Amino acid sequence: MAGAGQPGAAGGAGPASGSGAEAVGYRRLVVPLLVPAWAVVGLFMVLPVALMVVYSFLTREFRGGVTWEFTLAAYDQFFVNRGLFGDEPPRLEWTYITIFWRSIWQAALATLLCLAIGFPTAWFIATRPRASRGVWLFLITIPYWVNLLIRTVSLRFILRDNGPLNEALLALGVISKPLGIINTDLAVQLGLFYSYLPFMVLPIYAAVERYDHRLSEAAADLHAGRWTILREIVIPAIRPGIVAGCILVFVPCLGAFLAPDLLGGARNFMIGSLIDEQFRGSQGNWPFGAACAVILMTMVLAVLIAQARAALRGAGR
Amino acid sequence: MKRLVALAALIATPAFAEGELKLYNWFEYIPQELLDKFEAETGIDVTMDTYDSNEALLAALKAGKLGQYDLAVPGDYMVRIMADEGLLDTIAEGELANRGNIDPQWLDVPFDPGRRHSIPYQWGSTAFAVNRDVYQGDISTLGIIFDPPEELRGRINVLDSQGEVLTLGSIYLGIPQCTQDRAQLKALSDMLMAAKAHWASFGSDIAKDVLVSGDAAAGMIYNGFAAKARAEGANVEYAFPREGYVVWMDNVVLLKDAPNRANALKFMDFLLEPENAAAVTNYAAYAPGVLGTEPFLDPAITEAPENNPPEGQKGFFIEACDEATQRLYDAIWTNLKK
Amino acid sequence: MRGVRHYPGFGAAAAACLVLLYAPLIVVTAYSFNASTSITAWGGFSWRWYVDVFTGPEAGRFGLAARNSLIIASVAATLATLIATAAAVAMIRGGAFRGRTVTYALINLPLLVPEMVIAVASLIFFTLIGLPPGLLTILIAHVTFCIPFAYLPIAARLSGIEPGFEAAARDLYASRWQAFRLVLLPLLGPGIVSGFLLAFIISLDDFIITNFVKGAGMETLPTAIYGSVKQGIKPNIMAISTLMLLTSIAFVTLSYAVNRIGQKTR
Repeated sequence: MAGAGQPGAAGGAGPASGSGAEAVGYRRLVVPLLVPAWAVVGLFMVLPVALMVVYSFLTREFRGGVTWEFTLAAYDQFFVNRGLFGDEPPRLEWTYITIFWRSIWQAALATLLCLAIGFPTAWFIATRPRASRGVWLFLITIPYWVNLLIRTVSLRFILRDNGPLNEALLALGVISKPLGIINTDLAVQLGLFYSYLPFMVLPIYAAVERYDHRLSEAAADLHAGRWTILREIVIPAIRPGIVAGCILVFVPCLGAFLAPDLLGGARNFMIGSLIDEQFRGSQGNWPFGAACAVILMTMVLAVLIAQARAALRGAGR
Repeated sequence: MKRLVALAALIATPAFAEGELKLYNWFEYIPQELLDKFEAETGIDVTMDTYDSNEALLAALKAGKLGQYDLAVPGDYMVRIMADEGLLDTIAEGELANRGNIDPQWLDVPFDPGRRHSIPYQWGSTAFAVNRDVYQGDISTLGIIFDPPEELRGRINVLDSQGEVLTLGSIYLGIPQCTQDRAQLKALSDMLMAAKAHWASFGSDIAKDVLVSGDAAAGMIYNGFAAKARAEGANVEYAFPREGYVVWMDNVVLLKDAPNRANALKFMDFLLEPENAAAVTNYAAYAPGVLGTEPFLDPAITEAPENNPPEGQKGFFIEACDEATQRLYDAIWTNLKK
Repeated sequence: MRGVRHYPGFGAAAAACLVLLYAPLIVVTAYSFNASTSITAWGGFSWRWYVDVFTGPEAGRFGLAARNSLIIASVAATLATLIATAAAVAMIRGGAFRGRTVTYALINLPLLVPEMVIAVASLIFFTLIGLPPGLLTILIAHVTFCIPFAYLPIAARLSGIEPGFEAAARDLYASRWQAFRLVLLPLLGPGIVSGFLLAFIISLDDFIITNFVKGAGMETLPTAIYGSVKQGIKPNIMAISTLMLLTSIAFVTLSYAVNRIGQKTR
């Protein structure tokens, strides 16, 4: 496995392997060996998430802070609109749903864009001679490991109205006034696409590498066209890799904070910025922030469960 | 493994100097040299975190940050709110050697009668600045922000600060602060929602940079911050709108449960030295609240147009409303931000 | 037959992919050598901003942040690697046991939960148990989310090592500990090193979670950079960014090289 530890490239490290245990005698050590991992993840990840769910049902005090009285107020604020001063008949609150919806379609669009360029890239790399494959993969991996904040900042610098991109286009006479990309949904989209592109390439690459090209050859012998083969044979065969790539892009995009914060503006709130505002901004509404995080997590879980079930169905075929 | 434990012990214990001071301050509001000077004089290690609005400071303290900081620098109305919320400690008679340096006009202030919790830091105003390369028309009205001309639409940054945005909006509409009149509040909310369509971004810490970099052509901003934008090369003019503008005074307050109370008082005394108060003014480009600073002040700051409103202009302090009223304003702000 | 592997335009897409990924990094690197104080106008080549990083007015703040980042990354990566190594041995060499699938999911949980959710949950947790935010809270959070990054390469490596080696050692009367230390550990070494290095970079990279759980005056490089960037992208930030970029590249290259050597000695 070239390029260690890429997301989704865990290959044989999954639960399926593990033979010859008796021979080396780690069987009785399983529990002590796993206790540290259980303890750390359980205490500092599972428990906090559970507490977060509890917190979303607490009462927010005036001007911040909470009291330990259980209420549905945070979810009520999310879904129910009672007018500006809370005295109108309740109706569905669209504001936060709109923010979540914007996050979903931004994430979906970024996933599609990443797929559109990531799939051919992964295919191209996987069909290189073995020696140059490693170099290509290495080159694709490096930007992923470069600090996300730095990558987002550099994009902000490039896209702004008097940044290098606009200056260059102006100098070349391609445009007559700055494109005005910064602080728009488009800038956020570019940021998401740019941030998570490597996540798409790597798992698809791993799938294409395992793909048996004789299947394509057999289809070609039967006079199937190149694109027919791709659609009918290749894509179904490497589908797990494509799905893994899509999830690895979609999930972090959904909760992204830096791209909307540094590239978007006042009108481009996404889930990440909405949550951040409740905790670090002026709202100081922790229960509502926790409720937004719970809803975000539920959405991510739904995606993951859907994928797991689809994978199981696929395996059962 | 032993080395690991030693390392863990090392990082778990704070650095020991002559003690520490934890300061919670606005961004870009104190020169590093001044903190260094205090450290050199007293041996006290100063660490500072920053916030970008009075409301963010309040929310952070109420959400559990109280007890971690010694000093904070809230604006006038927020001093009163924080005192009412029981977030402030009281400075006893005689605890501040330099108390006599406070400018008498800032001594017995309505937001902290008798200065029991605070000392003056800096005072200034909040209105807006416009890039004169982009817009050459009349800018003496808050309409520039709330009903912008064509050239500025979509290129305006607004402070992420509830007190300032809602108060400037009220001034623009000519409605009183802390009103409970539903019709007036609805009008304020509607006006802001319509104006938001023309705003590019919400942000206080970015307010200067967006003007300097050209990301925004106009922006709500503090007077000193606008002066710094001009000093950094932006062709911006700070406006004193005819409807009025916000005047504020930021104050250093002693927080309740301050971990280093004695050091905090030392720092307050340090800030009341005219030379040090002047150093803050020379850096942040506002005005000091301490007597005797004149010999140390940079004339470029004191004579700056941003610090010299034309005659007859009206400045308004932001008022602290009672809880029932404040909830209505909170609702307008939450609705505007979402 | 190469024909079925070749698709027109795929090579161009791969090239475009590389250009897209690298262009912003190259632009930032180029501008870090800009002699001009103005961030956008080019004023000739200069090292001045690199000098500024180490001697300028913000040198103290960023120096402290860099020190914090390095301490946190070293300790978090070390602990995460230890935990991950133990877990990998149990998972790969422990045979079938009840709760294996659950444990696998648990170890990888930090990869699946969105960062923002981890940040919120950690902040609430630390506030509730009354642990004051600071180095310790950052460290705890970092160890937790570094575990899967350390685990993946170690487990991948371990599952490629035949149990036969250790069995042979045991047959020759090596104790279980000797078999582990003298046989398995050297074979596993490259996986452990590359797991450590990846955990280290991941810790160095984190912004969102750190920003939520950091305490008074406690900055890491990303939070310090973020605070500074909000007030304008200044040339010294470009220089710091370039230095961090080079650090990341050095670490990934190292991790990659260790893994390659490991594969050859296998």
